[in-house]
Amino acid sequence: MSLETLKISPGFESYMPKEYVDLVERGPYGREVKVSEMGTFKEILEEHPMCAGCAMTLFIRTALIGLPAPEHTVILGTAGCGRLALSQASIPFIYGNYGDTNGVASGLKRGLGIRFPNQQKDVVVMAGDGGLSDIGFSCVMHSWFRKEKFTTVMLDNEVYGNTGGQESGMTNKGVVLKMAPHGKKFEKMDMIGLAKTAGVAYIARLAPTNPTRIANTIRKAVLIAREVGPTYVQAYTSCNIEYAIPTPKVMDDARAVEKDRYGFMEIISDEAKAYLERIEQEKKAKAVAGPKA
Amino acid sequence: MAEGLETEVKTNPQGDVITTTEAPKKEQKESKAAKQRVVTPEHLFFEAPRTKTFITGSEAAKEAIRRANVDIAISYPITPQSETMQQVGYLYAEGYLKDYYRGEEEYGVMSAVAGASRSGVRALTATAGPGLMRGMEVITSWPGGRMPLLLMVMCRVINAPLAIQPDNVELSYLLNCGILVFHAENQQDFYDFPLKAYVIAEKCEVTLPAAVAVDGFFVTHARGWVELPPEDIKLPPRDCYHEAVPMMDNENPPARLSRDAPIQKSNFISYQMHASWQQEIWAAVDRARPWVKKYMGGLIEVVNPGADTMIVASGSAVSQSREAVRQASERGDRIGLVKIRSLRPWPTQELIEACRHAKRIIVPEFNCVGWLAKEVRSTLYGHTQAEIVSGPRVFGGMSMPTELILEYLYKTPNEARLTDKPLSI
Ligand code: SF4
Repeated sequence: MSLETLKISPGFESYMPKEYVDLVERGPYGREVKVSEMGTFKEILEEHPMCAGCAMTLFIRTALIGLPAPEHTVILGTAGCGRLALSQASIPFIYGNYGDTNGVASGLKRGLGIRFPNQQKDVVVMAGDGGLSDIGFSCVMHSWFRKEKFTTVMLDNEVYGNTGGQESGMTNKGVVLKMAPHGKKFEKMDMIGLAKTAGVAYIARLAPTNPTRIANTIRKAVLIAREVGPTYVQAYTSCNIEYAIPTPKVMDDARAVEKDRYGFMEIISDEAKAYLERIEQEKKAKAVAGPKA
Repeated sequence: MAEGLETEVKTNPQGDVITTTEAPKKEQKESKAAKQRVVTPEHLFFEAPRTKTFITGSEAAKEAIRRANVDIAISYPITPQSETMQQVGYLYAEGYLKDYYRGEEEYGVMSAVAGASRSGVRALTATAGPGLMRGMEVITSWPGGRMPLLLMVMCRVINAPLAIQPDNVELSYLLNCGILVFHAENQQDFYDFPLKAYVIAEKCEVTLPAAVAVDGFFVTHARGWVELPPEDIKLPPRDCYHEAVPMMDNENPPARLSRDAPIQKSNFISYQMHASWQQEIWAAVDRARPWVKKYMGGLIEVVNPGADTMIVASGSAVSQSREAVRQASERGDRIGLVKIRSLRPWPTQELIEACRHAKRIIVPEFNCVGWLAKEVRSTLYGHTQAEIVSGPRVFGGMSMPTELILEYLYKTPNEARLTDKPLSI
């Protein structure tokens, strides 16, 4: 895609909706956006139907800021709260069937590679804990084993929020939820351990307490997936409804959970590390050389 | 074993010796694939000289894919389909395809081929029986996603207890999801139909996935005469810029939504959106009709038109019926036969025309439920006075002896004695 296609046809400027004009003028296409620029364009439409104060929305908005090339990115989601926001973001989005994200992403990424051999196209799966650890488990694991070059982001609210609060594989042991009337019987699934076993090139765990860190983590994950192999980001995105967290306390909960059991963690392969260093150096060299005459 | 005296022989759990084979040398063979010339579909289908070869159905499908300019094939083994998709793998090794891999299982494969199609390239997969059922959730979503791709179905039993024999009951599940469905009679069809299916599926006003089905083993593993054009020509590549929907929104940004997202955007408009979208899919199925006529020679083929007794069949039941028609003619009886090539779009008008004069209609099938007979009955209801006989049917892997069709021609289903003449004559 050429960024030319982002321009509004001459003569139509005054008829375009404000948010569209904002996207064209200040949007994230063709440039690196900073977290401080959030809100200057509508990366997610304001009428998204997620619950007020949902941590997942905050995380998604910030994660989108981190995408290195949103105009060349396709996001895949599956059933769950997250897709309600994702489907309204200004990034192309595919909503498939239950648990098919990593299967579709595999074919999509390879197909885009065939069709655009000279253009880097990024594919990012963003789905809930149920979508990735339960119903989509096989597709997730096999995309990792096959070393498919895309990023998987788990929006881990430790519950099936969208269907009304049932336990998922990522719910902590003992938690009482619908369909777990005596408390969940087994431990939270160790998806990070599984990612390690599968040889995922970059693995990160984080809570939505530090927006810059979210954006940087996503940026790293997407860049590494381009060159090295699959990447996985697991983000705690509490469900304030099912866990009865009052809206003003959502960030307090995130900080407490982060301190207790969801601290920031990164596992990065040597190859991925070297790749990141290389692009960092290239960026610096470019900055020193200055803009082309 | 004394060390150094014997080399260790590795075996699998069944005790078979494990052998490894080297991947074919790509460089050597690539040139042949690279030398293929793009020709028009019309040239490939109708004008290019053809040579007769005696090959299996799986080999015929392979020859179709060799000339189909497929970008990516994603496979998963299941009998009796595996042979075809492993041969497609050889084509990949020879440079005829740009990507090929084995997916995790059918659900993952049907998802991946959807992703590949959405990327705008020409995609292929194949399955059989239980594999089709496993992928069915995804398959039903392909038409709504307006994904032109090809699914080959080599039919096999789906019911428990386990069996691997041919039985096409699985096709009844495919008929109502908005996918184009063509039913190949023999090896020649299994060469021709996949190529034509791609071209039809990718037409702008169609933009739908297509399935080419064949009865497993009877066709896939048996040899038949197939007329093949030269190896050095192929279809034009998929042109995703001339289809009904853009592949991705990042190809016309800054549109915010993917093509199917409006349906999910609000619960309050979803029923309206969804209803119209479904209608559009079925309208697109209808819009495939002229292309099926142009490229496949019609949705049906009629033998002995106007006969009092007509056999209506699809798939390998057609071949069995042809033989029954021939044997009946030896007895001096003229029996008609309607071969249904296209199950979706369904040949409503063609069938009414072909059966208008019939007094008796017989529908032989390779499945238990008689899905074809149901389709035929509901189409002809009110258009014919003919007795419509649902049968004969064989299933579970049985072949259909010609004698069985002849019995149905010469007696009522409940009659034990053979008569001398077809009942309607
Ligand atoms: S149900 Fe939970 S996860 Fe879903 S939108 Fe509401 S607060 Fe967020």
